[in-house]
Amino acid sequence: MRSLPESLPGRLVGRWQTWAGFGVAAVALFAIAPALLSSFRLSLLAQFLCYAIVAVGIGLAWGRGGMLVLGQGVFFGLGGYMMGMHLKIADAEIAGNDVPDFMQIAGVRELPALWVPFASPFVTLVAIAVIPAGIAALLGLGVFKRKVKGAYFAILSQALAAAMAILLIGQAELLGGSNGLNGFRTFFGFRLADPVNQQMLYFIAAATLLAVVALVRQLMQSRYGELLVAVRDGEERVRFLGYDPANTKVVAYTVAALFASIAGALFAPIVGFITPSQVGILPSIAFLIGVAIGGRTTLLGPVLGAIGVAWAQTLFSEQYPSGWIYAQGALFIVVVGFFPAGLAGLGMLWARRRKRSGAEPTPQPDNDPDAEKVGARS
Amino acid sequence: MTEVHASSAGKEPVEGGNVGMGTQYLEVRGLTVDFDGFKAVSDVDLTLFQGDLRFLIGPNGAGKTTVIDAITGLVPASGSVNKSGVELLGKKVHQIARRGIGRTFQTASVFEELSVLQNLDIAAGAGRSVWTMLRRRHGVLPAIEQALHTIGLTKLADQPAGILAHGQKQWLEIGMLLVQNADVLLLDEPVAGMSHEEREETGNLLRRIGAERTVVVVEHDMDFMREFATSVTVLARGQVIAEGSVAEVQANPKVQEVYLGTAAAGSAEAEETGAAELIEEKS
Repeated sequence: MRSLPESLPGRLVGRWQTWAGFGVAAVALFAIAPALLSSFRLSLLAQFLCYAIVAVGIGLAWGRGGMLVLGQGVFFGLGGYMMGMHLKIADAEIAGNDVPDFMQIAGVRELPALWVPFASPFVTLVAIAVIPAGIAALLGLGVFKRKVKGAYFAILSQALAAAMAILLIGQAELLGGSNGLNGFRTFFGFRLADPVNQQMLYFIAAATLLAVVALVRQLMQSRYGELLVAVRDGEERVRFLGYDPANTKVVAYTVAALFASIAGALFAPIVGFITPSQVGILPSIAFLIGVAIGGRTTLLGPVLGAIGVAWAQTLFSEQYPSGWIYAQGALFIVVVGFFPAGLAGLGMLWARRRKRSGAEPTPQPDNDPDAEKVGARS
Repeated sequence: MTEVHASSAGKEPVEGGNVGMGTQYLEVRGLTVDFDGFKAVSDVDLTLFQGDLRFLIGPNGAGKTTVIDAITGLVPASGSVNKSGVELLGKKVHQIARRGIGRTFQTASVFEELSVLQNLDIAAGAGRSVWTMLRRRHGVLPAIEQALHTIGLTKLADQPAGILAHGQKQWLEIGMLLVQNADVLLLDEPVAGMSHEEREETGNLLRRIGAERTVVVVEHDMDFMREFATSVTVLARGQVIAEGSVAEVQANPKVQEVYLGTAAAGSAEAEETGAAELIEEKS
């Protein structure tokens, strides 16, 4: 765990480092990547950034809050489908039809009631922000207030992902069944076939990722972040200090769900489809793998892990189409079994070793001389 | 924290409290804990006033810890626990904690990955506004600074609590109760596994903080009890069998009978704590 800089110079250095870090990330995402990558690769990277946005939320809920969220596909799917519904309606309007193409084939003449609100871009955006977060908050309150935790919570969240995928597959006429929603042509009036608009989507994903990282950074360093770690390590103990740990956990769970929803909503136009196979158990676990490998308790570990694993998957699959799944499984087992703190944990271990061998072993000086005076007594 | 008030600086905990009626009190009446037909605690009455340093003693399985668990809401109980006019039974653990009841556990349970300062800051924080929670912690609250001094951990404030020695962890827990603003402190074997010096320091710490609070100590160590208790309640088989000053309780034939009757268990226990001390010193 990183210790917070206490003294004023320390805080200034910390702040400078933070800005520098965000600056480097912004240059890499907004200048270097678009210059180096073909539009196909850039679009792939945009897709990976969506996974990274989900991963940031998982890092908060799982790494800091100890909630093994095995069902983030649910919220990812909710965001993706809501965005997809809006895009399909918009495409149909441009083509002069009442209903999206797949409904016409099925013989549906009128827009179903579930779809009607998503004709409005504003309602769609609000719904993406509010509905998954609201569901997560209600679910979290129900589950955490009853002190359901650990493996039971993990199984529950996974079952939810499975149920959602099955539900979607069953709705062929309403939501496209196992084909999902696909063939989006426009995004809020911009033609998706145009590479410039694809690049714009990439920039939106990159900006969202930076914003999400900044938000989680603030949460982790706040008093709330300290309390969340305390809840993770001693939920019962926290109760005896006068807190209801359920509330603390609900906040992290809701934030993670919100991020997953936003990521899903970006994923749909970037990739061009959203299907039940982005929602079920497998994708939900896949979200977790990058987080575990990168280092779940850190801020950037989940981001780099998610992007790295997705990138590796693409490269590997291009060479050995069926080999990736084995490599992924092996990587997961090795990390969970031998490096539970992930690659970030290895990095910290290495830094500590170097510090110990190099630096002088003097104990930290007491940095508040006032303590003696204030506490002076009989 | 208001420990340094001139009026109370010289005050020591005394039997029956040092401020008389009309202040903070904890009144336990007919407390019964029933585990599926087995009465771990039956019909226990306790009256505690501010400024009392009460020891709760008794042989193994007497229900001492269960009494604390019932008062703090950890196990369901019947009867009544009244703190200065507020009924506590039936409330949730965190609600009872907010009413000023703090406790420690037999095994120190601090947040090991957080620093000493962070541990104290969290303990002081129940009831903070959302805005405060979402912001970073800057500086050290005066109450926390004072608690750090009281428990002697000022120099270790920025160290992770996980590296503290066993005794220091127990002191940190007591410090957390102080900043939590608990005025009833329920301590479950705070000196178990401590060295002789640590015991002395802990006892003196309890005397200091006990002047303005109600402190209940569950303890096996009879020497420690004799040295620091102002009043004693003896439990056996879930019931109160004696109560009074150390001398009164020691002279009570019922107490002698209970302790003689379980002399074998008592010596085994002594060996146990002795062994724990040895392990502690080695590590």
